Amino acid sequence: MRHEIIEKNIGLMIALIIVAISFGAMVEIVPLFFMQKTTQPVENLKPLTALELEGRDIYIREGCVGCHTQMIRPFRAETERYGPYSVAGESVYDHPHLWGSKRTGPDLARVGQRYSDEWHRAHLYNPRDVVPESNMPSFPWLFNSTLDGNSTADKMLALRSVGVPFTDEQITTAKEDVRGKREIDALVAYLQQLGTVIKR
Amino acid sequence: MNELTPFWSAWIIAITLGSIFGCYWLLASVRSNKKHPNGEVPTTGHVYDGIEELDNPLPRWWYWKFVITVVFALIYLALYPGLGNFKGLLGWTQINQYEREVAKAEQEFGPLFAKYQSTDLVELSQDEKAMRLGQRLFSNNCAICHGSAATGSYGFPNLTDNDWLYGGEASEIKTTILHGRTAAMPAWGASLGEQGINDATQYVLSLSGKATDNDAVAKGKDIFAANCVACHGQDGKGNKLFGAPNLTDDIWLYGGTQQQVMQTLRNGRAGKMPAWNEILGEDKTHIVSAYVYSLSHQE
Repeated sequence: MRHEIIEKNIGLMIALIIVAISFGAMVEIVPLFFMQKTTQPVENLKPLTALELEGRDIYIREGCVGCHTQMIRPFRAETERYGPYSVAGESVYDHPHLWGSKRTGPDLARVGQRYSDEWHRAHLYNPRDVVPESNMPSFPWLFNSTLDGNSTADKMLALRSVGVPFTDEQITTAKEDVRGKREIDALVAYLQQLGTVIKR
Repeated sequence: MNELTPFWSAWIIAITLGSIFGCYWLLASVRSNKKHPNGEVPTTGHVYDGIEELDNPLPRWWYWKFVITVVFALIYLALYPGLGNFKGLLGWTQINQYEREVAKAEQEFGPLFAKYQSTDLVELSQDEKAMRLGQRLFSNNCAICHGSAATGSYGFPNLTDNDWLYGGEASEIKTTILHGRTAAMPAWGASLGEQGINDATQYVLSLSGKATDNDAVAKGKDIFAANCVACHGQDGKGNKLFGAPNLTDDIWLYGGTQQQVMQTLRNGRAGKMPAWNEILGEDKTHIVSAYVYSLSHQE
């Protein structure tokens, strides 16, 4: 039997398994890298400001993506509740994207400008102060820690190398833009811009 | 622009169909139709520790299940988009499914919203069905700040007590929801000093009969007259043009203890009601406005 050739040659078997399981990725993922719809930003999409970028990193650090998606699916039930469905062009500057998949809390793709800064601060300090039924954790330490901005410019340079069009000026002033700001203010700034490029 | 280039379209078609036919070829090529008349089944030649592996063919039901999945895949790819730029015979996309869903709802609820839209707010607040709808809209959009019972919380107004910062007429409520409101209580800590803050606080508390230091009240009265009357009025009854609260009714958005009032005076407040016009649209805002109005006008 010829399959002995494969079964007794582990290197060949690994190579063939990789080929076999990569068919799905070659069809479903690779062509998207070459499609305008998925690689071009939507109109008016801008890179985050330095403070919003730091807020995004806090969002990642605190694991918000574990309970909140940023992906409104094209179902009426979701667009009625959250706003217009998400499109690929909105996420082209997100590295990594924060679409998420666990929907314990509400979707945040269009939470920007929906509630006041004051509300976000009260809610993040202790969610039960404003939403008694909430089971979200409190994040009181965000109010005490301040940002030093030492790595903000480097982060922007790294993101620019993968195609996020930060200007030189933004990168030069990044440190002073965030230095001394509280983490809570960075996070709220990030939340308040989410999904505001596309309006109903 | 939303299309794949011909190369990538061909790439997808080739790999997809290649995989499907490849699966079928693999299935067919290893299928053994050999009959074993005397019941003798040959072995594969594998022997481990004296145990031999028989070379039986796939069970028939299993073989046909494979064939059915191959046929299913081909029918599916003919009907739905999957082969590169080929749209599928049904012309289905997730967006046109969504649009059909929305159009159906529009057909069902559109006339209802149009009817409510043309009904006067006060009259609408008596309509039981509309108010059930309003309650749902309130829960989805407003309850997050104002609470599910609309009784508010620290910093977020109670909507059931018929005390209004920006006016409680139905039309005023609707304006507030449509366009939002931004309050601006300045911080007085720097200009009044700690003693001044204390005196002014005592005077403010005296307006609702809660002062504890009469000397401070007398001094605070002058401070109030010089700094606060522009927004809160001579008598401290507030002004809905600025959203300046009535200070005489013992209803407090940021707490009415001495410490809390001092905090407000020292650091200022900037309450903000977001604008809902773009999020909810005029028709739904109309219903929510009537609902909010109904909360403090129940028999």
